Amino acid sequence: MKNIFAVAGVVIKELYRRKDFYVLFILTVLICLIMASVNIFNDKQIVRYLKEICLLLIWFSSLVIAITTTARQIPAEREQRTLLPLLAKPLTRTQLIFGKFLGCWLACGLVLVCFYIFFGALAASREHAWPLLNYFQAAFLHWMTLSVVIALSLLGSLVFAAPSSNSTICFVIVATIMCVGRYLDTIAVTMAEPFRSILYVFYFAIPHVEIPFEMRNLIVHDWPLIEWKFIGLDALYLLAYAAAFLVAACLVFRRKPVN
Amino acid sequence: MNSPRTFFLLLLALLVFCFGFAADLQPRFQALENSRHQSGNFFNLLLGDSSKMFANSFFVKADEYYHSGYYPTIFDNNEAFETPHMAEDTGAVDSKNHGDEASFMGPPRDWIDAFGRHFIPNRHTHLDEGGPTDDLSTSDKVEEILPWLKLSAELDPDNIQTYTVTAYWLRRMHKDKEANRVLLEGLWNNPDSYEILFELGRLYYESYHDTVRARNVWEQAVRKYLALDQQTQKDNKLIFEQITTHLGQLEQDAGNLPQAMNWFHAAQKASETPGLIQQQIDAIQKKIAAQTSPAPTNSIP
Repeated sequence: MKNIFAVAGVVIKELYRRKDFYVLFILTVLICLIMASVNIFNDKQIVRYLKEICLLLIWFSSLVIAITTTARQIPAEREQRTLLPLLAKPLTRTQLIFGKFLGCWLACGLVLVCFYIFFGALAASREHAWPLLNYFQAAFLHWMTLSVVIALSLLGSLVFAAPSSNSTICFVIVATIMCVGRYLDTIAVTMAEPFRSILYVFYFAIPHVEIPFEMRNLIVHDWPLIEWKFIGLDALYLLAYAAAFLVAACLVFRRKPVN
Repeated sequence: MNSPRTFFLLLLALLVFCFGFAADLQPRFQALENSRHQSGNFFNLLLGDSSKMFANSFFVKADEYYHSGYYPTIFDNNEAFETPHMAEDTGAVDSKNHGDEASFMGPPRDWIDAFGRHFIPNRHTHLDEGGPTDDLSTSDKVEEILPWLKLSAELDPDNIQTYTVTAYWLRRMHKDKEANRVLLEGLWNNPDSYEILFELGRLYYESYHDTVRARNVWEQAVRKYLALDQQTQKDNKLIFEQITTHLGQLEQDAGNLPQAMNWFHAAQKASETPGLIQQQIDAIQKKIAAQTSPAPTNSIP
């Protein structure tokens, strides 16, 4: 466990040395402030469009940070020839994978804290209300979703040749699930066999990361809290997928030459 | 080669080139400016006709906000949402909706769908009725639809419904000045629109209590409507009924009972429920009869 945390610590330090987060955070803040400055029929209370834009930017930024940070972890170690000395120490391959995952996940958690504090402040500046529990639910499930994305990117970084191709493929997969994942069964009904069965298999096999993504609507439109048992179940569902991808990554990495 | 004369000639050549280039660009820039002026706004110039598609999307987005996010996607059954409810609620739009608006999702298709429904808006509400909280004190939240309506109007200045719907909700929020501005802008872009004239008349009559201006505007709306061909008139009977009914009501309130009756007769011809209007006509006839009959005397027989 100590080794895993040591590797994770290095990954977190790497994130705050790089400029990705700062650039995306400043861009999000700038876009939101510009949108907030638009005069809409002299009404200063209108806020939901701002919340929607802000949440969308937060999701986009967090996905970019999660995927790009994770995708370069193992390839960078290999490129800089630090992977072999690292594994020569009392550190197993499995520990390295888990350490990288934990580092990226915790780093993304820190990023989300910053983003959601800004979001809360922006909403409160107009709504004069702090629905903290609602924000907590949204941020928590967002973080859980990122665990799946990070584990998938980590697996991709061991399968695909370059970090760029891995990032692109992961981004396309995640974006597709977020856009149409919920409706794959509806589309399947309209298709002929064997495509119908194939699509159904896809529908039940893919991690439904669109569930937390679509939760944005509840936050934007001030819907009441979701029951905690459903939050817990969804978190477990997402963590199960993250664990599956991590196990797959460990299996692939065990057979992979390190030099 | 490097003599001052060469440099001077080069400079002269450059100056001539710059002048010629500027002279060539000027008319083109002028034409661009003109077309931009004609097209009305920046979005039209940038997006062309596709701006209308985006405008429609933003209009639907406003309706989605009106329902606090409870809205069908292209994969859902949207029979009950063919006419946006925020437009339907203005009372001046012919509704094409049918089916149950509260259950467009149908029963859950599988466990993933059933589980996912806990994380999306799952109840039919309208912002003017309190939205998801059902708290009528927060019904002023209907203002949240305005950014999308404003954007929709900017993208497609020829869409009359955007102006009338925006003005109606602005009026409901007691923003009469803003509603007036929106309608005048709409009228500027669509000078033959009887719908905008009708909404403008409502603003003058109901918000400003200016009977004269309301009458003028509504009469102008009737003239614009009657200038349409027969088929278009037939397709837009509801708005004509609305205009004439409002004119009838205005004249009745002003005490011009025969004129009011004329307008109600006109409304009756266009109405799908002529019986209801007949009741109003009967009431006016009674009033006229009461006015023309001699006043009862208290003479002892």
